[in-house]
Formats: sequence, structure tokens, C-alpha cells
Amino acid sequence: MTRHEQREDEVRRMLETPYPQVPGDLAARAVERGNRLLHRDRMTRRALWALLVVAVLVFTVWAARERPWEVPPAGTTPPLEGL
Amino acid sequence: MGERGGREGEHRHRTRQFEAFVAGAAGRLLHAATLLTAETRTRNPRAQALLTASLAHTYAQWDRLRGEDPYDRTRADLAARFARTAWRHHRGKGGVLSALTPQERLVVVLRLYEGVAEEQTAALLGLPEERVRAVCARSVSALRGGGQGTTAAPGRAS
Repeated sequence: MTRHEQREDEVRRMLETPYPQVPGDLAARAVERGNRLLHRDRMTRRALWALLVVAVLVFTVWAARERPWEVPPAGTTPPLEGL
Repeated sequence: MGERGGREGEHRHRTRQFEAFVAGAAGRLLHAATLLTAETRTRNPRAQALLTASLAHTYAQWDRLRGEDPYDRTRADLAARFARTAWRHHRGKGGVLSALTPQERLVVVLRLYEGVAEEQTAALLGLPEERVRAVCARSVSALRGGGQGTTAAPGRAS
């Protein structure tokens, strides 16, 4: 157990080297790219909303014209009975 | 109404906060990314690209962090992003961990360098905990003495 921890500590020390140099424009590039991501998300959301509105509109117009809730007029006359 | 100006100000405020975060955390994060891609301290274009993408993601999520640590969020994204593109990083370019496979590097960096708990590491990588433990143990013995002396070497005194 302790041996194992000792070896892990050794590896930990191997990893603790000085940090690499951070490029000066890293934050600026990340902000720019992040803004592009946000913009794309916004556009996608907007497009989906537009699609939903169009779908509702099309459905409403179709329903108002076709009135699918009304019983369609009978195509055939009932057979004559009781003669 | 000043609605436009308010938004603009909010945006600037967020950018400033984000830049302060990057100034504080980028060194450590870039070091972790460089360990993952197994590049060297002086030449690490892949690690830089990886970190830029993860930071951009964190920036985009900044208003939705809800108290979550941006460092943890960036580290989680970095790990997931590296795992997705690991096949591209299979051959190390001379970093400390270049002898290991991408998955072994991920486990070593998260567990030993970042000190993430076994349970969280397993959740981050989508692996069972026992597997994380096994990969970690295997990597540790591979890093120390080129693979010889695994658990079956209790006699050696130190």
C-alpha cells in the first residue's frame, strides 16, 4: 500500500515540471472562438423557432380549410328498408 | 431604455472575468494538455489547439456555470475532447508520458497530476472504477523502470 503510494508520488514528481509558456493571445483567441460558438447556438435556436412558427401556421391554415373535425358527408345513401 | 448598453456592459464584464480566469489557470491547464498530447514544453501546438477549444467552450458557457468552477469545467472538456481525438495523438512527441497510450495518459494526468478522485475520473472517462485503478497502476509501473517490477515484486527493498 505505502509502496504503491510511494511510486505514485514518484510519478507525480516526474509530472511537476515547469509550465510551458502560455501564448499571449490565448484568451483573446478563446473569446473569439467562444463568441462564434455563442453566435452559432443563437442562429440554430432562431432557425428552430422559425421552423416551429411556420409549422404551426401551416397546420392552422390547413385545419381551418379542411375542418377535419367535421363528419364528412355520406358518400352513399343508406339502403331503403321497410317496403 | 439602455437595454443595448446594458447587454454590451455585461458582455465586457464577462470577458474581463474570463480573461482573469485564463491568466490564472492557463499555465497549469496548458501543462496538463501538453502532458496529454505528449508534446514537449517548448513545442506543443496540439496542446495549445486543444486548450483553446476547451477555453472557448468554457467562455460560451460562462453565464450558465451556476457556481461551478470554470477550471473543473475546462479540465473536463479538455479530457473529453482529448478522448474524442485520441487516435490523432497516439504517437507521443517526446513528452514525459510519450511511452504511454492516450488512455493511460488521460488517467495519469487526471489522477496523479490533477488529483481528481478515482470515482470522478471514472465518470469523466466513462470507465468503471476498477479499470481506472488498473490503468493507473499499469502506467505507474511502466513509467518507473520500463514495465518491469509490477505488483509481483514484493521482495525488493527500497
